[in-house]
Amino acid sequence: MIRWLRLALIVLLARPLARLLTGADVSGRKRLPLKGPAIIAANHNSHLDTLLLLTIFPARALHRLRPAAAADYFLRDPVISWLSRNLIGIVPIARDRAGTREDILAPAREALARGDIVVVFPEGTRGDTGEMARLKNGVARLAEAFPEAPVIPVWIQGAGRVLPKGETVPVPMTCAVLVGEPIHWQGQRSQFMETLRDALLGLEAQAPPLRWS
Amino acid sequence: MDIIADIREFLAGQPAPLILGLGGVLALLSLATALSAALPLLRPSGEFRELQQRLSSWWVMIAALGGALLLGWQATVLLFGLISFIALREFLSLAPTRREDRLIILAAYLSIPVSYAFVALDIYGIFLVIIPVYAFLLTPFLMACFGQTRRYLSTVAMFHWALMTCVYNLGYVAFLMRVPETEPLPAGPAGLVLLLLLATGFNDVAQYVWGKALGRRRIMPTVSPNKTWEGFLGGWVTTSLLIWFVGPLLSPLSGWGLAVVAATLPLAGFAGDVTMSAIKRDIGVKDTSDLIPGHGGLLDRVDSLTFTAPLYFHLLAFFAVDHF
Repeated sequence: MIRWLRLALIVLLARPLARLLTGADVSGRKRLPLKGPAIIAANHNSHLDTLLLLTIFPARALHRLRPAAAADYFLRDPVISWLSRNLIGIVPIARDRAGTREDILAPAREALARGDIVVVFPEGTRGDTGEMARLKNGVARLAEAFPEAPVIPVWIQGAGRVLPKGETVPVPMTCAVLVGEPIHWQGQRSQFMETLRDALLGLEAQAPPLRWS
Repeated sequence: MDIIADIREFLAGQPAPLILGLGGVLALLSLATALSAALPLLRPSGEFRELQQRLSSWWVMIAALGGALLLGWQATVLLFGLISFIALREFLSLAPTRREDRLIILAAYLSIPVSYAFVALDIYGIFLVIIPVYAFLLTPFLMACFGQTRRYLSTVAMFHWALMTCVYNLGYVAFLMRVPETEPLPAGPAGLVLLLLLATGFNDVAQYVWGKALGRRRIMPTVSPNKTWEGFLGGWVTTSLLIWFVGPLLSPLSGWGLAVVAATLPLAGFAGDVTMSAIKRDIGVKDTSDLIPGHGGLLDRVDSLTFTAPLYFHLLAFFAVDHF
């Protein structure tokens, strides 16, 4: 029931809204995986990123799509928590407990084991438009645990102008979403992270220029 | 079937020249589509994907515009409001903007429902001044209110340009639909819009085709390296002829009025195209977005219309239409 509600909301509400707000030009749409286990690794400037990623996938893949999101932010309020888990379908990441002995990636691993497509933002938080922060290597640990899962780099250009961190009113501006070639686990975390970073920067270089300051 | 009877009745209620005109456009497009399907058989080495993409995009655009024209002024106002919105969004996304401009950008979008409301209310006097005078004054004042003085004048000029081309000039197309039926219009108000869109679109295509076929001498090498004198002149002559022969069927233009429209509309289309190219060159992009496959962004498609629409409207008002 909730699954159908989620599908209807994304296709009938979020999609037209995202198109109106951003135009959502997608290049390389054919590279989007339709079934898991697969990992989408995208840059992160705005809450809009998750909305955009949810709206560019074909409807038949949507029930598989699980955006990873900060547990400390999205689970603190019961209403937002319910909406995030059931309608957006997040896998919670307790980033505030990173470095403790708790396995904070366990929910993401479970999702991949179920054959889901997990969306991660390796920067760990929303950064400023035009700058990519240092990438956290959680995505490499997921790729190591599921070497058969392709990691697809995605560059989202311009979402930080529509709804920057700290703002509440979205302003319509064109965004581009660039989907890159899948990356596969090669056996070494640092090398994997470097490949991913290069892939994301390569996509940024192809994106239409932003004249935003 | 009820539906078929309803459609037949609806079409019978439309002026015959309008149906003929739309039918002619569809026939032209069908011919072009058939040719583009046959071309790869004749020249297997050629690359025709972009041409085919362009044509399928034309089908979608003509279906939307034709549908709105048949449905009447309400649908046309809504459609052009949406076109203005997307064009403005593309423009403001390309232009240099800053985080502190977000509220002005939002205010710029608000000008669309305001301006189009006066089209819907058929209040020509206010439509004429609301953007060119009052939005013109309000934009720099709002920016001053937010305390922004960095790059003030160039940012204000950017907003003015965006509002005039994307909102005000495109609004004229929708306003053509408000000419009352009491005036002697051979194809109703929709015929006026159809002639404008047909001539503007045809001019773009004719310039492109003449340029591809004969183009040698570049006309504006620093702005549009692909544009040639041959394409410009060929497009001018063919479009003028089209307006001269089709104009009397779709509009009340005749004699001198028709001649002036036929001679100047292609020039305005060329000017709009080249001016938007100069802006894109300044910003460093080729297309304003990827909205329309094979064409680029919406603004790439309507750039010539932002120049032809006001000129056509004013010439009509001067020579043939009493309402304005």
